[in-house]
Amino acid sequence: MIALLRNTWRGLTSMRTALVLLFLLAVAALPGALLPQRSLNTQKVDQYIATHGWWGQFLDRLEFYNVYGSVWFSAVYLLLFISLVGCLLPRSLEYAKALRGKPVITPRNLARLPHHHETTVDATPEEVMAAAKQRLKGWRLAEREEEDGARSVSAERGYLRETGNLVFHFAMLGLIVALAIGKMYQYEGQVVVLANGSQFCNSGTLGYDTFRPGLRVDGTDLNPFCVKVDDFTADFLPTGQADYYRADIEYQSGEDLTTNTWRPYQLEVNSPLRTAGDRVYLLSHGYAPVFTVTFPNGEKRTHTTQWRPVNQLTYLSEGATKYDPPGVTDPAERRKKQLAITGLFAPTAVMQGDLLGSAFPDLRDPAVAVDVLQGDLGNESGRGQSIYEVNQDMVDSGRLKRVARENMRPGDEITLGDGTKISFDGVQRWVYLQVSHDPAQGWVLLFAVLVVLGLGTSLVIKRRRFWVRVVPGEGGTVLLLGGLARTDQAGYGEEFGRVRDDLLAELAPEREREDAVAGRET
Amino acid sequence: MDVNQTLSSYSDWCYGIAVGAYFVAMLFYLYEQAFGYRRRVAVKERELVAVGAAGSEDVADAPADEPVLERNGRAERIGKLAVSLTVFGVALHVAALALRGLATQRAPWGNMYEFGAILCLVAVGTWLVMLRKYPKIRHLGVWVLLPVVVLMFLGGVLLYTTAAPVQPALQSYWLVIHVFTIASGSGILLVPGVVSILYLLKVRKPAWATRLPAADVLDQVAYRATVFAFPIYTAGVIFGAIWAEESWGRFWGWDPKETVAFVAWVVYAAYLHSRATAGWRGGRAALINIVGFAAMIFNLFFINLVTTGLHSYAGV
Repeated sequence: MIALLRNTWRGLTSMRTALVLLFLLAVAALPGALLPQRSLNTQKVDQYIATHGWWGQFLDRLEFYNVYGSVWFSAVYLLLFISLVGCLLPRSLEYAKALRGKPVITPRNLARLPHHHETTVDATPEEVMAAAKQRLKGWRLAEREEEDGARSVSAERGYLRETGNLVFHFAMLGLIVALAIGKMYQYEGQVVVLANGSQFCNSGTLGYDTFRPGLRVDGTDLNPFCVKVDDFTADFLPTGQADYYRADIEYQSGEDLTTNTWRPYQLEVNSPLRTAGDRVYLLSHGYAPVFTVTFPNGEKRTHTTQWRPVNQLTYLSEGATKYDPPGVTDPAERRKKQLAITGLFAPTAVMQGDLLGSAFPDLRDPAVAVDVLQGDLGNESGRGQSIYEVNQDMVDSGRLKRVARENMRPGDEITLGDGTKISFDGVQRWVYLQVSHDPAQGWVLLFAVLVVLGLGTSLVIKRRRFWVRVVPGEGGTVLLLGGLARTDQAGYGEEFGRVRDDLLAELAPEREREDAVAGRET
Repeated sequence: MDVNQTLSSYSDWCYGIAVGAYFVAMLFYLYEQAFGYRRRVAVKERELVAVGAAGSEDVADAPADEPVLERNGRAERIGKLAVSLTVFGVALHVAALALRGLATQRAPWGNMYEFGAILCLVAVGTWLVMLRKYPKIRHLGVWVLLPVVVLMFLGGVLLYTTAAPVQPALQSYWLVIHVFTIASGSGILLVPGVVSILYLLKVRKPAWATRLPAADVLDQVAYRATVFAFPIYTAGVIFGAIWAEESWGRFWGWDPKETVAFVAWVVYAAYLHSRATAGWRGGRAALINIVGFAAMIFNLFFINLVTTGLHSYAGV
């Protein structure tokens, strides 16, 4: 049993397994780039499943539309995580030992090393040893006396390589842990706010159009702050390409909430507002046509409802502005008199026959092409409905009837058969804001920086060994040199040659030294 | 912000001439590849085997051990000419990017055409640096310039974008930092990708590859370039995450481009690990390197042109 466990552990922590797991990770991550993902776009996923029949449903069952939360993806990175830990623990121990250890003993036969040199010099063994130690300054040295009277220096350097290596891998571990903690406590919500001084407060999830909480977030304890959107400015190039977006906002958080102090901020793309531990982003913008309905009893209702762009280049938008008749208390009667103004909005109108199109995303010549529907909007059906559409079931069942169809410019007014007047007053802009919270992202950044630093160190620093053996002889001192590159063999030949030449030049008489130096130049 | 049309068209001319220069240089390298070692091929092969048998670990480090070839004089001259042409091409290439930057008053890598241009520039630059370290691989220039010329031709013909300012999401100093580091990392990685293919050819089909340098040399060129590029590429991805946090509201969201960048990163990490694993060095490592570069190319073309994600700007 223990043997089995031990073998499993060994297998799991071996480099070969790590390699295979790395491949599995790469392969497992790939479907997320090729198939639509729920986390990015739910509609696309539904569409994909609908068009691909049993295959689409099969993929759904195998969690292919949620790759990064799937069991199999988690399994791969968990195994990799364990493998990493299992690899790092013994390596750290070994590293700690090596930090205190001495460079290895000089091999008996230096001539068998990939880099070696043998020569006889006039200098005494002491002089040679001194020169060697001088030249190998900065290397870790160990001097040894050998049995036959020879002396040797073992030199090693490049210990930082393993330091960088360990820093890199531990930083990877830290990064994964920080990511996991972030997934627990983060939240992200999107909301449309009219750019006419409207406010949004981060007080609960209901204030959002969409809200995605982390695993440990229930939405009751959001960081309190408020944002007021005063104005929105967009600049476009003549081609219609956006050049500049800016929302002039005011915000309050912390103390300011109690004193009701508003601080101004220019919210731009690439320049989020950071306050109260949260970030506020300007994601996009759009138009909200303003309609005033004068009901037969003389009461007026003005609604400014956001319509959504259907064309991102021209900002041709669609939507539905809905009204409940005022002063009607009988629910059955009210459901005969509800109104919806639905259709298209163009910021720069071009008419193709009777069809409204938009030529430019900026407000140059706004117009709407609307259908006015009267009847039962279906609000009481118990089902939620889109604010951009009318309930098509109501139209199909004849309970919501078209009573007018009109192209309108600001100031235009139409009168319905029952005396209801509808006027198109103008347009306001809205901004789409995102609020994000991730308490661990600072840690992720820190570990990411360590990853790069560790990686750079471990790949730049090279581990080298160099040995010098000095044997006193008849005709002078025999000098034997040996070199071994423990990593990245390429390039050690030149370096070995440099150290050798420096050493020989140091030991050679004056004239020869010049030759040696000159020889190295060529 | 107006675009200076004059500078923009000068930039286009420089780009075109640079592609032409690379193309001619490629032909010259090809000439050297074909005729450079005509007479003594057999001798070279035999001596290389002898060197290998002696157990020498790094051939490149011991140029004295390598057979001195009697090279074809004219091929030699044409090879040198090819290098000069490459340098000339690089000068024009730099000018093309600089002029586009001046014309649009922004970093000249704001769309796919410009990204391809800077990527190829870095690739050719890397090649020239490698050439200084390993002069004997000069004739391989044809294989490095081939993808460069193809990429630049496709870029210039199919992906060409009129010089224009970029949209608000790209108006950030991170455009300078993130895109430049990513393009540099990817550009450098083109060289090991190509060289690894040659390595595999050399190892698996030696009979076809008699004119290629020794496998060890190819392996080292690939390794050195990869080791240099990997931290740059890593930093580029992290810069991208920092920018995404500022621009899109999250530092990582598995956008298709992010995903494939991650996949490529993991593959290159596997490459580095494979070189430290018995039984995986050599051929398998080279294969992983090729897969890594394939992932980069896939990320550049397929993800940009076929899938839609946050990295899609102005169509490409």
